[in-house]
Amino acid sequence: MTFSPELEAKFADLVTHYPEGRQRAALIPMLMFGQDEIGSVTQEMMEELGRRLGLSTMQVDEVVGYYSMLHKKPMGKFHVQVCTNVACMLRGGAELYDHACHKLGLGHKQVSADGRISLEEVECMGACSWAPAIQVNYDFHHEVSTDQLDTILEGLQK
Amino acid sequence: MKLFNEPSPLETRIISFRFGLENSASIDTYLAHDGYKALRKALEMTPDDVINEVKASNLRGRGGAGFPTGLKWSFVPRASEKPKYIVVNADESEPGTCKDRLLIQNDPHQLIEGILLGAIAVGAKKGWIYIRGEYNYLIAIMDKAIAEAYKNGFLGKNICGTEFEFDLYTHTGAGAYECGEESALLESLEGKRGVPRIRPPFPAISGAFQSPTLLNNVETFSSVPAILRMGGTAYSDLGVPKSGGTRMVCMSGHVNRPGVYEVPLGFPMMKFVNEIGGGVWKGRQLKAIIPGGSSSPLLRAEECDIPMDYDSIAKAGSMLGSGGLMVMDETTDMVKLALRIMRFYQHESCGWCIPCREGTTWLKKMLQRVTDGHGQARDIDLIGDLAQNMRGRTFCPLGDAAAMPTIAIVKKYRNEFEAYVAKNPFAASELVSIS
Repeated sequence: MTFSPELEAKFADLVTHYPEGRQRAALIPMLMFGQDEIGSVTQEMMEELGRRLGLSTMQVDEVVGYYSMLHKKPMGKFHVQVCTNVACMLRGGAELYDHACHKLGLGHKQVSADGRISLEEVECMGACSWAPAIQVNYDFHHEVSTDQLDTILEGLQK
Repeated sequence: MKLFNEPSPLETRIISFRFGLENSASIDTYLAHDGYKALRKALEMTPDDVINEVKASNLRGRGGAGFPTGLKWSFVPRASEKPKYIVVNADESEPGTCKDRLLIQNDPHQLIEGILLGAIAVGAKKGWIYIRGEYNYLIAIMDKAIAEAYKNGFLGKNICGTEFEFDLYTHTGAGAYECGEESALLESLEGKRGVPRIRPPFPAISGAFQSPTLLNNVETFSSVPAILRMGGTAYSDLGVPKSGGTRMVCMSGHVNRPGVYEVPLGFPMMKFVNEIGGGVWKGRQLKAIIPGGSSSPLLRAEECDIPMDYDSIAKAGSMLGSGGLMVMDETTDMVKLALRIMRFYQHESCGWCIPCREGTTWLKKMLQRVTDGHGQARDIDLIGDLAQNMRGRTFCPLGDAAAMPTIAIVKKYRNEFEAYVAKNPFAASELVSIS
């Protein structure tokens, strides 16, 4: 499989960051950047990255399975992540997540029929002092009220 | 996007004083405000002198464990056949903690300078900043700062015209709390599952790629330039004996002005909440405070009148941990709190050792049962006992992190658990024998 020339250049640079013979270290960044481009960690991607780094597909697979941000099934184009951990919970994070579920008609890690939006209840994302917080893909939204959430979600549905 | 809170006049801004300056992340702003002065100073010092200065500062690790930094630096062997490395823990993921994010976002060069000082002290030539995957935007900020540092001769070969050389890279995580534990972080850095390693050997002897490695938190490294500039003793004097300097405390929960504030170690906790944080919100009463991230045992309101330093909080039965201070008002449901904390640790347990994998799972099930109204009176003791049994019996500190807050909540708010059980119409008064 092929990646975009920009990503290939990034990968070529990435493997030089680690000591000689330790190129496996590039695996997790490659999976993350690859997923950002392709949309999910596909079987084909695992085989390809394994081949490049001298790993079996199984070895890549066991790494993918460990990390919560790596998805083998495609998430929506806009992946809405609502934190309900303690700091967010104290400021209404759980209610915010329930609101998102009803508004979108989706549950944890479900994707809308058109593939546009997905929802996930996530653990602490490091926005505790600005809770409740959500992330849409990598973008943080802080101190989100249910009204603001509606506006954000409606913007994504268009 | 509100990037950070307004500073408070009660803060002592030693490592956050550049926050809020225009283009605070740029090298020009950094150089105009004491930037890389400590590096120039350190390049004329011996490695031992640098370490001694850090020892004199009484700086203790800001990631959670609070280990004396100077001592940690002295553990890296002077002579080594293998190359020595530096790894920065920017996998900030202890619930309640959001300070390293601000330190990178607002002042990435301070972190680079701190790393370089560590490199001089231990003789390392290469380093990585392991940034949690959720902080994707920080990687761009950090990469830009690194590129600026290379361009201006603060990274690469012949740094500041000397023989000193150092290469620095960012490395993204992919979502795993466990990777904040240093040995699991090293496994993850090497491209594996983030499962902790057996220790010894400690990372100082055999860390990244089986080489001697100096591993510290973002805030720890970011504090070192100020220490070198002002002198270790002067920095130490800002705090209290054995807990030197200042630290970033992340205030969240039921307060009027949540935010990240830099205060000297030993700052009174109630003054922090009431004067800097503007007190408990909605005119309510304080119920409890979690002082250092969700793994630290909570303190009841009447236990909170203490100074915030490592030893005072330890004496009160909790820990300063990662500086994630969460405030709870009188309406907080402690049973639900215990469940939410356990759900987190159960989700994040790496599954490597049984006491943690099974312990967190069963604790979550039991807490869920009580919360759902199906709890029995005996469950309360069982929750406490099971958590107590996990303590000290897990492979890494995650098991303790799950057990400690649970033990404290059950002990201090037993009446709330009993109230839940009392509402269960099928609660048995005593254990029913099935024989």
